[in-house]
Amino acid sequence: MSWTRKILRVNLSDGSCTSEPLNMEWANQYLGQRGLASKYLTEEVDPACDALGAENKMIMATGPLTGTMASTGGRYSVICKSPLTGAIACSNSGGFFGAELKFAGWDMIIFEGQSAKPVYLYIQNDKAELRSAEHLWGKSAWETDDIVRQTHQDPQLRIACIGRTAEHGCLYSAIMNDKHRAAGRSGVGTVMASKNLKAVAVRGTGGIGNVHDSKAFMAATNDGKAVLAENAVTGQGLPAFGTQVLMNVINGVGGLPARNMRDVGFEGAENISAEAMAEPRKSDGKANLTTNGACFSCTIACGRISTVNPEHFSVKDKPQYQGNSGGLEYEAAWALGADTGVDDLDALTYINFLCNEDGMDPITYGCTVAAAMEMFEDGVITTEHTGGIELRFGNAEAFVAITEQFVTGEGFAADLGLGSKRLCEKYGRPELSMTVKGQEFPAYDPRGIQGIGLAYATSNRGACHLRGYTIASEVLGIPVKTEMNDTDGKAELVKAFQDATALVDSAGLCVFTTFAWGMDNIAPQIDAACEGDWSVENCLETGERIWNMERLFNEAAGFTADDDTLPKRLLKEIIKSGPTEGQVNRLGEMLPQYYEARGWTADGKIPQETRQRLSL
Amino acid sequence: MQINIEFYASLMQYLPPGKSRHRREISVQDGLRVNRLVEQFHIPEKMAHIVLVNGHFVDADKRADRELVEGDVVSIWPPVAGG
Repeated sequence: MSWTRKILRVNLSDGSCTSEPLNMEWANQYLGQRGLASKYLTEEVDPACDALGAENKMIMATGPLTGTMASTGGRYSVICKSPLTGAIACSNSGGFFGAELKFAGWDMIIFEGQSAKPVYLYIQNDKAELRSAEHLWGKSAWETDDIVRQTHQDPQLRIACIGRTAEHGCLYSAIMNDKHRAAGRSGVGTVMASKNLKAVAVRGTGGIGNVHDSKAFMAATNDGKAVLAENAVTGQGLPAFGTQVLMNVINGVGGLPARNMRDVGFEGAENISAEAMAEPRKSDGKANLTTNGACFSCTIACGRISTVNPEHFSVKDKPQYQGNSGGLEYEAAWALGADTGVDDLDALTYINFLCNEDGMDPITYGCTVAAAMEMFEDGVITTEHTGGIELRFGNAEAFVAITEQFVTGEGFAADLGLGSKRLCEKYGRPELSMTVKGQEFPAYDPRGIQGIGLAYATSNRGACHLRGYTIASEVLGIPVKTEMNDTDGKAELVKAFQDATALVDSAGLCVFTTFAWGMDNIAPQIDAACEGDWSVENCLETGERIWNMERLFNEAAGFTADDDTLPKRLLKEIIKSGPTEGQVNRLGEMLPQYYEARGWTADGKIPQETRQRLSL
Repeated sequence: MQINIEFYASLMQYLPPGKSRHRREISVQDGLRVNRLVEQFHIPEKMAHIVLVNGHFVDADKRADRELVEGDVVSIWPPVAGG
């Protein structure tokens, strides 16, 4: 059955940690992780609540395949109401923390209430207790990891924690685990800080011993691994070049936004690409990329381990940043780089290190700095606001300086911590915030690539590529190529990607498997691991049920069809040059088709018949 | 005629010697088709997954018909993904 059938409920207000049985009726409807935890959140939390109040809950949830031998079966997610968007938040992370939580015997942890003083949760198999974290408050995520590990004298302890930005109230702080992996988006780390919870440290020795049909599971997971190994993307491209291989592709097709999405196409793209990361540098003969890395049970290994040139201004005289650490992934490299106009690979790698060290979402951070840069160029923000920093597009020194201030909460940090929506509103230029539902865009311009615009506009957690990655089809030809500038068929394409991804995110698997796997590869693994019917059809319906449930949460939180939109810049301002010259996003053509494909009303509501069909 | 080629990721090994990271200006016969260019550089057909001419896709079934003209930029990637 692969579920441990146990939930750990931690009440931070009264300090209690209690075990309770997993609701198996819900597990059969929502599978695990994203789906199942969202069901608990929907049942237990008022969607209209204050995201940073005691009434919001934060759930760390694994999937049934987390901790198993299924390739990439090491994922966990953090689910809560987002302080950045006010919508449902679900941030997914790899590394080793999720598997360890499962080994300790827990499907999920539900945190509720607020602690009066800083605490951390220590879990050793079935024993769980809250301990004082007053000595950890004010420490970075990396320092916190080291101190907790030393305290317990256990090198195999797995730790998820927040850095200083969350403590300072940055609305898009991440939860870092295993130092370099992040539940990154939507401010889940900020919610953790609001509960005075600094860290969760877990050690489990139980393993996964309750697979429903172990022989079938062995066969299905082996088949899946063979498919990943033989596929050119998952077997060769991702391990060798990582996600950063996209930098030149997306720039080449006219889909790379630059300078707060004012431009499309970035002249410095190749300097911050995967290929550039692999080149030996003059100073020490080493490349930015040291090696690739894998999360628990992953046979793809797309992770980047990098160093900054020790002679570079950003780390010179800072030996603590001259060693290997988590390197640039594509979305981070775009937001920190192309969107700010900075093409200094070492500066971006260093800033990425700081994002990991103190736990902030590099997409929202980069985009927020980009919005601030545009307002600086327009004279709305001045050196008086920034403490003398010339925050212009392309200024790597300024970006490094303001980031070093940001992580310690100094200077312009409070403003940048608002995210671009609130920042642009504060300075009277709301149209310069490149967001949907208050969350910043990732690295694909919806003017050049139509379907991803619809996916952004309808994403339940605000602008996000991981809620419906139509880029796979529209640009990369996976599983089949569709035309970037066509709107026909994009409604169905977006729905298919959204539903399938919701299922994958609920299983404990990484969505990158879907570059090689179809649902016919995934369903047999779930079906062998879990009791119940996990046919392809049921898996897809489960994904659709999860998507609709998230939508209902947002509806109750106050979102309407008016929020299924894109910034005016992307709907009205044509691309000025390059292969996609003259284009805007034609959301108005696609959105009604999308509502129809979903069985929703013309104003984006979920009617009773669709709810009944999905057992909602 | 002169055209520019750009090879990326694992296809960089097929680039002739030169200074630019990805791009070479080369001389080719007039009217060269895209599929012939791919063959000329010994790139396995399946590895020429994304082929752009001046930033526009040339799908696999159109490459035998697509004639190149002076100044074209042909960019080629193997199967890649990310996100």
